[in-house]
Amino acid sequence: MPNLAIERWAKSADYGPDAPVVLTLEGPHGPIIHAVTKAAAERGARTGARLTDARALDPALTAMPGDPAADGALVERLAKWAGRWSPLVEIDGDPSALPGTGGLRLDVTGVAHLFGGEQELVRDIRRRFAKTGLTSRVAIAPTAAAAWALSHHAPCICGPDVAARIGPLHVSALRLDPDIVRTLERLGLKTVAALISVPRLALARRFRGAEDVVEALDRALGRKPEPLTAVGADPPPRALLKLEEPATHPEAGRQALERLIPPLVRELEGRRLGARRLSLSGYRVDGSVAVTSVATAIPSREPKHLQRLFADKAAALDPEFGFDAFALTADWTEDLGAAQESLVEEPSGTRELARLVDRLTVKLGPRAVRRPQVVESHLPERASGWVSALANAEPIAIPSMQRPQRLLDRPEAIDVIYATPEGMPRRFMWRRAVHDIARVEGPERIAPEWWRQPSSARLRDYYRAEDADGRRYWIYREGLIGDGRGGLPAWFIHGLFG
Amino acid sequence: MSRVAAGLALVAGDESRSAKIHQLPSGLGERWRVPAPPGPTLSELFSVHPRDGGWAGFLLAQVAADKPLLWVQDRMAILESGRIHPPGLAARDLIHVEARDARDALWAMEEGVRCSCLSAVVGELWGDPKALDFIATRRLAVASERSGTPCWLVRLGGQTNLSGARMRWRIASAPSLLNHLDPRSPGASAWDLELFRARGHPPGRWSIAHEADRFHLVAESGDRALGQERRLRA
Repeated sequence: MPNLAIERWAKSADYGPDAPVVLTLEGPHGPIIHAVTKAAAERGARTGARLTDARALDPALTAMPGDPAADGALVERLAKWAGRWSPLVEIDGDPSALPGTGGLRLDVTGVAHLFGGEQELVRDIRRRFAKTGLTSRVAIAPTAAAAWALSHHAPCICGPDVAARIGPLHVSALRLDPDIVRTLERLGLKTVAALISVPRLALARRFRGAEDVVEALDRALGRKPEPLTAVGADPPPRALLKLEEPATHPEAGRQALERLIPPLVRELEGRRLGARRLSLSGYRVDGSVAVTSVATAIPSREPKHLQRLFADKAAALDPEFGFDAFALTADWTEDLGAAQESLVEEPSGTRELARLVDRLTVKLGPRAVRRPQVVESHLPERASGWVSALANAEPIAIPSMQRPQRLLDRPEAIDVIYATPEGMPRRFMWRRAVHDIARVEGPERIAPEWWRQPSSARLRDYYRAEDADGRRYWIYREGLIGDGRGGLPAWFIHGLFG
Repeated sequence: MSRVAAGLALVAGDESRSAKIHQLPSGLGERWRVPAPPGPTLSELFSVHPRDGGWAGFLLAQVAADKPLLWVQDRMAILESGRIHPPGLAARDLIHVEARDARDALWAMEEGVRCSCLSAVVGELWGDPKALDFIATRRLAVASERSGTPCWLVRLGGQTNLSGARMRWRIASAPSLLNHLDPRSPGASAWDLELFRARGHPPGRWSIAHEADRFHLVAESGDRALGQERRLRA
């Protein structure tokens, strides 16, 4: 993408297409030109030159501050968007450093035939970039370095004979250090072909220790591997759907889902996997991507279940200007062998339960659907630990104790009247209602956990109190008189008994 | 509810409410039996006092513990009368749903009731939410009868409006039975129950207790009946 910065700026600015505008960055000796429009280039402005020099050539230049961070963000967005052509996309170089060096590398091995051959693929890429208002230079080559050289100097599709293609190019196409390029030029080695014809040993001896000319050559010619950073050994199961026309109907997501689930399930079946988390991406025509995902409690590849989980979320994808492609990816999978539950469609108890948990969690959120968890603590509020039902599919036996069936999230302060400070409570007031205590049992003393609470934490004496109407409460007194940890003990209500 | 009928026994009422248990004579009139629904269905339980947790004991005593239990609470119910506390729920597998409002709670209940992998679905709703209308309750009742999962709709501080529930109860805690080990401590739980609407059963009023895995009928002494009346109507 040679003109990314200026094109991004042009899309958001209201200057005419032939205005002489330059984007500048702050350099050590004043502003440096970062990108230029076509009109400005014709008037002598060059990338990398100082603004003052360019102004000397043509005082009518308009200078605007550039924004490399936004350029970088755009490249990142485009990299995600380029996932429509290949599952492996890498951002090449540092796109914010200098314009013309940024780019995307796609591993299109075994991908091109899906788009009708390499020619069609390149045309598709070029067309779609042009639609978003960006100039692109596309080259396909057997090695990444050769593809870089070709895309920057002579965009084309390169066959297996790399040396012939990159031979006529200037040596700077090998991405060498500018100093080395200068040295090579002085030696008369101007093209890559000239460099290839020099004996390796001589080259290696001449450029020993410096940036490896030999290595760069090897990378370009495929003698040395250059893996993409984004390489994943096992790409996640994925199903792709391309649309003839951009779909703007809100139902598009749901309909795409119906078509995507069967191929994905087939792939999962073939690899004996079950999905734990799935994400549906909708690729919009303007280059942005809408993503939604769901998680499941146990690995699953049941089409009906996945369909039901996703239906609402898929329908909520906002098409904006229209989707023209959808991808369904199983981001997180677990092994799932082939299994037949029964002859009739009647899922087993655990599986049905897991599906129920999935449905509830998708709609209400993982924090709202939870299961109890055993925590080794005597403090009631800690002992009743909860964990998301998604995370914990196995049932746990909670030890049963003489405990209330309901616990207030926070103990609430109550006013208590008692005969003696150390004796049984007689009457208490909770939420503006007075309760006369008819019968009471206790205390059950729970000491503070000194290993995790501050030393000022007070012990609690719990009482089971029954009022005159038969309602039972769990109240406690925090602290004792004269325990040296505060003033008079306070009373709290913590739970209700059934 | 069949366990109620099976373990039905009369506790002779005297001053101390001691548990002198007689088996009910078989010829006793129909109105003395605590009715059981013919099968799994939707029952509605009104707590007379919204901050009375007593109904939980009555409900839990009737839910089988072999399968997990889905317990749905809306946010107001949690704020007003507390969140359920697993150690107090007699060691059963549990899924708890904290719903934002009554609409979400009813949706979660319906999803659960359609599942035959649950022992029961309990839903607590605070007040009279708009989403809880005749159609919503009717849907729950039909789904429950179809899947065989009993459903309990617990209403805290709500009015007895139109409902599709097959059995509608009003429940209040009653003073507990005598604790033999310590007369000053609370004993076995007791409740005043009123069945005010049921399909195929006359309405009635009972006072029962739960002790040693059985429900007992508690006979009232003459003096307490008036107070009883007042509490149920409150």
